[in-house]
Amino acid sequence: MRIELTREKIDAPGIVATMKAGEDGAVVVFDGIVRDNTRGRKTLFLDYEAYEEMALTQMRALADKAVADFGVRDVVVVHRLGKLEVGETSVLIVVASAHRAAAFDACRWLIDTLKKTVPIWKKEHFVDGAVWADGDPFPEEIVAGGAR
Amino acid sequence: MRVKVLYFGVLKDYFGEGADVGLPEGATVAELLAQHEDRAQIAWKSIAVALNRDYSKLTDVLHEGDEVALLPPVSGGCYAHGESLAPLAKTSSKSLSGVGKNAD
Repeated sequence: MRIELTREKIDAPGIVATMKAGEDGAVVVFDGIVRDNTRGRKTLFLDYEAYEEMALTQMRALADKAVADFGVRDVVVVHRLGKLEVGETSVLIVVASAHRAAAFDACRWLIDTLKKTVPIWKKEHFVDGAVWADGDPFPEEIVAGGAR
Repeated sequence: MRVKVLYFGVLKDYFGEGADVGLPEGATVAELLAQHEDRAQIAWKSIAVALNRDYSKLTDVLHEGDEVALLPPVSGGCYAHGESLAPLAKTSSKSLSGVGKNAD
């Protein structure tokens, strides 16, 4: 299991190649890349930051749960931090499994859950300014909901 | 007692990266949040709080030296909020058995 936060470029093909083992029938890859616009506004670059110690703990817990719940053999979750240009990989998820259905399901669950619960934030830099991305609402069991 | 508070995302723009905050003994996460709510015009209802690097509840009691982090909705991954895919279909691999067997 490979769980990482990195400030270097993510070598997606290289990582995927290391994940193929004899007993696998499928390797499903989610390669999330920086798009050139948000709702039509032209993106210059993105800047990702994380609560690193907690993000790694959460990513490890998700990977463990994916293996336990979906019965897949092995999982990679790598997220990049810092300044990312259009077209670069921000997050890479690789799931290896004997059967494709479990690999697809686990991969999809991993990216959907990561986006809602792992403490990573991005600031979007446009030609005419920069904003923190809105973010997905926290699941009900996590959100504090304010003191009032 | 004093706790270490960390701020992330948009909260950093209001409060900086972190602060040592004094609280009465027995104070809860809710009381810490209340100390902050008048100082920034943000959607406080959407905030999560981590206590010693794990998600906490409003009723959790704080202790001297705790690390508390105020977390706005997260935005890791690649695409924007509101663009998530539809929920996973309930029909799992079982409903697919018989289709393309051994075709993995």
